[in-house]
Amino acid sequence: MSTHPFAIETTGLRKSYGDKVVLDGVDLRVPAGTIFSLLGPNGAGKTTAVNILTTLLRADGGEVRVAGHDVAREPDAVRKAISVTGQFAAVDNLLTGWENLLLVADLHRLGKREGRALATRLLEQFDLVDAAKVKALAYSGGMRRRLDLAMTLVGGPSLIFLDEPTTGLDPRSRHSMWQIIRDLVAGGTTIFLTTQYLEEADELADRIAVLDGGKLVAEGTADELKQRVPGSYIRLRFADGQALRAGAAALAVPLPETEELTLKVPNDGGVRALRTVLDRLDDASVEAEELTVHTPDLDDVFLALTDRKTVPQGATR
Amino acid sequence: MSALALSTSNSATMLRRSLLHGVRYPLMLVSGLLTPVILLLLFVYILGGALGATMPDGRMGYLNYIAPSMVLLTVCYGGGATAVTVSVDMTEGIINRFRTMPISRASLLIGHVIGGVLRTMVSVLLVLAVALLMGFRPSATPVEWVATLGVLTMLAFALTWLTVALGASAKSPAGANTAILPIQLLPLVSSAFVPTDSMPGVIRWIAEYQPFTPVIDTVRGLLIGSPIGNSALIAAIWCVGITVVSFFWARAGFNRDA
Ligand SMILES: Nc1ncnc2c1ncn2[C@@H]1O[C@H](COP(=O)(O)OP(=O)(O)OP(=O)(O)O)[C@@H](O)[C@H]1O
Ligand SMILES: [Mg+2]
Repeated sequence: MSTHPFAIETTGLRKSYGDKVVLDGVDLRVPAGTIFSLLGPNGAGKTTAVNILTTLLRADGGEVRVAGHDVAREPDAVRKAISVTGQFAAVDNLLTGWENLLLVADLHRLGKREGRALATRLLEQFDLVDAAKVKALAYSGGMRRRLDLAMTLVGGPSLIFLDEPTTGLDPRSRHSMWQIIRDLVAGGTTIFLTTQYLEEADELADRIAVLDGGKLVAEGTADELKQRVPGSYIRLRFADGQALRAGAAALAVPLPETEELTLKVPNDGGVRALRTVLDRLDDASVEAEELTVHTPDLDDVFLALTDRKTVPQGATR
Repeated sequence: MSALALSTSNSATMLRRSLLHGVRYPLMLVSGLLTPVILLLLFVYILGGALGATMPDGRMGYLNYIAPSMVLLTVCYGGGATAVTVSVDMTEGIINRFRTMPISRASLLIGHVIGGVLRTMVSVLLVLAVALLMGFRPSATPVEWVATLGVLTMLAFALTWLTVALGASAKSPAGANTAILPIQLLPLVSSAFVPTDSMPGVIRWIAEYQPFTPVIDTVRGLLIGSPIGNSALIAAIWCVGITVVSFFWARAGFNRDA
């Protein structure tokens, strides 16, 4: 795969269900050996995109190349390079964790000894040793999720798709998952990740794309995206209306439109700017009850970029 | 690596999986076995006295007439578990893992079919054993026994492909369970329980021109020496036809979009 600079390359990817347009011309470029994260509100089409990239679903239009192969014309070549953890766990409920791993190892035609060694190692890595002989049916959601991921790693894929891989995992499992993902990328694997946890994208992804209304509304590094939303601000809370009005006058900021007793003071987040605000309040003898410094995170980016659409959509559901 | 080697290896893995499911859930086997055995006991011990009244050896004569039919019915009931398991596979996440893996596309279906045929044939042998214990005395020579098992395996193969196709196209396991009902009911309108010439008009026409009648006539002929005529040939044509159509149908069901 080193011969292809991009592990994933789509141009004008389109997909509709009936007259509902889900993907409306999506261009993606994922460099090999990086982590790419696709964000978007519920129903944005993330899973649909993953399904098309992983040969599960046919696109209506556009060019889609994965691992250097056209997904429509050479699906088998694509399947040789990829491995997928879908949004819903793909494990055999009637088999034990151990048997599930051996099943996948056998399908990859690993030798008997190699398959067993790998299964043993993965059970340890994913903290499933105690559950190895238990049917997956009896697993908790998080255990099933971990088994699913372990099965995805069998066969040493060069490109891994993870559709919300840490949904339903407890914080410790999530952090160990993140470490596993980092290790994989350090070993040269490319990761395509969708997630609802912006912190996760921030932690892991080299590049992030935000999907909304069938189109990519933003793409870049986490820092680049954060620069797209209004800068940081200081939030001040006052004891009563009188203090609030005095504070607003001293700092020359508008009063809030709602009943709350807080002011938002735009600010670059630096210490000097903070001191200036406090000095001005002191000079005017105004006491603030509480002060918080707010720097934009991916949540703000997400909310700002997908704002107009998610609210009414959510309301109708 | 050749496509054939890949397909063989993958199919063997899928077959192991199917057999493991069977071992883990013996209920799958039992459910296909229970109905024919109960019907056999019912027909012989409760109805056999009346039904066998016209036969030379009474109750035992009727047992000899009905036992081959029960064996056939066992083949028809055996597909039930297969249809449901295939449908469970298709509607749960596991199918998407298989579809995105570099494996032979037919292997999952082949594993289900071979596993299903083996399960069914185990049931067939058990039902035959019960019938023999009850006093069923077939006149078949060893060659005729082998031919009988051959015909039953051929039918099991055809019907299992059909149930795999139904399972793969069903929207839910419950739907799959309903879709296979015709396979289990059609034998009732055949020569399995009463000779077709005793049936009225349309029913008789259905009975004479449906696949189970030539199969049961062949099996009965082989086991107890009743005339076979061209039934064996017609049975073979039916089985091959059902297998071919079901194979393509099953493949289409498997390949449908996620
Ligand atoms: N088989 C289908 N038939 C019709 N519409 C579908 C089908 N699958 C998905 N959709 C629609 O396509 C849109 C995108 O769905 P998709 O599952 O890709 O969203 P998503 O971004 O993965 O959402 P989530 O964050 O909830 O997982 C949704 O509006 C969904 O209703
Ligand atoms: Mg999704």
